[in-house]
Amino acid sequence: MTATVTKTLDERLELFRQMLLIRRFEEKASRLRAKGLIPGFLHPYIGQEAVAVGICDQLRDGDALTSTHRGHGHMIARGADPKRMYAELYARETGYNRGKGGSLHMMDADRGFLGANGIVGGGIPLATGAALQMLRGKTGGVAVSFFGDGATNEGTFHESLNIASLWKLPILYVCENNLYGEFTRQDKHQSIKDVADRAAAYAMKGVIVDGNDVEAVIAVAAEATARARAGEGPTLIEAKTYRHRGHFEGDMARYRPQEEVDFWMKRDPLDLYEARLTGEFGADADAIQAIRESVEQQLDAAAEWAGEQPHPDPSQSTEDVYVDSYEGAALR
Amino acid sequence: MTTFTYADAIRQAISEEMDANSDVFMIGEDIGESGGVFGVSKTLWEKHGHHQMWDTPISETAVVGLAVGAAMMGARPVAEIMFSDFSMLAMDQIVNQAAKLHYMTGGQLSVPLVIRMVTGTGGSTAAQHSQSLEGMFTGVPGLKVLAPSTPEDAKGLLRAAIQDPDPVIFFEHKLLYGGRGGPAGDVVPVDPIRFGVGRIHREGTDVTIVSYLRTLHHALAAAEELAEEGISAEVWDPRTLVPFDRTGLAASIKKTGRLVIAHEAPVRGGFGAEIAAWASSECFGDLKAPVLRIGAQNAPIPYAPVLENTVLPTQDSIANEVRAFMQRAR
Repeated sequence: MTATVTKTLDERLELFRQMLLIRRFEEKASRLRAKGLIPGFLHPYIGQEAVAVGICDQLRDGDALTSTHRGHGHMIARGADPKRMYAELYARETGYNRGKGGSLHMMDADRGFLGANGIVGGGIPLATGAALQMLRGKTGGVAVSFFGDGATNEGTFHESLNIASLWKLPILYVCENNLYGEFTRQDKHQSIKDVADRAAAYAMKGVIVDGNDVEAVIAVAAEATARARAGEGPTLIEAKTYRHRGHFEGDMARYRPQEEVDFWMKRDPLDLYEARLTGEFGADADAIQAIRESVEQQLDAAAEWAGEQPHPDPSQSTEDVYVDSYEGAALR
Repeated sequence: MTTFTYADAIRQAISEEMDANSDVFMIGEDIGESGGVFGVSKTLWEKHGHHQMWDTPISETAVVGLAVGAAMMGARPVAEIMFSDFSMLAMDQIVNQAAKLHYMTGGQLSVPLVIRMVTGTGGSTAAQHSQSLEGMFTGVPGLKVLAPSTPEDAKGLLRAAIQDPDPVIFFEHKLLYGGRGGPAGDVVPVDPIRFGVGRIHREGTDVTIVSYLRTLHHALAAAEELAEEGISAEVWDPRTLVPFDRTGLAASIKKTGRLVIAHEAPVRGGFGAEIAAWASSECFGDLKAPVLRIGAQNAPIPYAPVLENTVLPTQDSIANEVRAFMQRAR
């Protein structure tokens, strides 16, 4: 049984806007990187937008989440500012991490976004610990850990889910099964098809959802967050989705069969939702067009602002190694 | 007569900090009703209950990772690694997460976390329960590394570590605990001790011996032996490896003109290498002889007592090496 979440048309248009913002943010970042304006790695979230937007729709202030190397979508869905995200990708001082993290470590602690993570599976215990602190403080908060199918082969996954189930921690484990762990197809890296099957090993509830259907994701998120907030423990949610691009920018992803790519491109989460909006939900084509324009304008302005931001001063290289530093810490 | 063991010190420090701040909690394996392998958490479970004592499955990565995540949300966890050898299972969470989060997020949040690790030999505890791995952590910016040698220092430094806003690795030598399962000792008040301040355990004029944890006690005994032969050794304990009290050590070297470093970790790549390199370049003018490093042989710690005593530095081996060094260095 899944919870019923009823949305108004305006709320639905907002879901679409968020998904589009992620899509266009990533496309623009790819272009900026191709121009040489972004120095480090980029792992685009394109194709998976409905998962981040659907799950984060059910979060409140005081909730927390951890992300992955493919983290921009989760951060935007949590309400982060694309200006400061581009500034971070540009390695500028006013970026989220003051130019010290880049894509792989971007964080917005004020929004409970506990960071992208450069280590596959690295964020899973962090989110579990955040859930422990919420349980200890009886805050009513929930934690969410996003990760991919590849991360479910890491020890952090096993150790964390075992403890979360044992202690009934308020957490959602959201596996975005995009069929590939880096360059390796799921059937070559694990002998199960449904990651949700692994929940049984922890006596945990496991659910499968169409990760390209934002409202379906919202429904499972609503139920899982309600259970977590009520002290009924964690849920493993497997969202079936697809990574439209390679593992990172520059990976041509030639290891994927064309039929598979074609199949999933027809199931683009934005196209699917736009069709429902204009059909079933009676949205005006002008309203969709207005969203498209506003997203373009917002991102153009964001990238322009980011490009004008100052580079970090070299003297900042040893700042923030410690909160409470000591004399000569930089050299000693 | 007051009894106050190293284990009492650790237990009291945690208990007092838990009383002072409900955000302090302990997390680790078998720390609950069983009281822990070395009895350190004995009575903590009864006194502080489940809310501040989280007894985990055997999952070192999760022990540390959950502690880091909770610290990111404002808690002050004290994670216990039952044997420092097992920290190798948690290295990602220690090195890639805890140590770097404050810096790589531009200072957005801190990780006020203590990871207690039981280190060194326990006597025939063999290769996977005996190592001295502090040198693996001193090379990681973002971590602070403490190595107390006495009950007073253990209590004062642990209290300070729990109050500190940064991730701290806290080494406890298992042969210093002072008896397993005995009655809890007297409560001795000790104020938090500032990091980066060394301590002279024995004054001397001919040679400075730097040592810490259990080896410090071997060095003190060796120094008594040497004193009878007319060699006056100063025994100096850094207490904290990161930050390290360079000023204090420089003052001692200025007085004695000779430097010996003794630790239980292997000589090659041990923290003594860092001390020696620093002293050789920064105290060169005060040194009358090349720096001597004493440590374990470059071998895993063996099981047989005769082999273990060969691999590890002992009172005798320290006395012998310093004696020979002084003959060369006169």
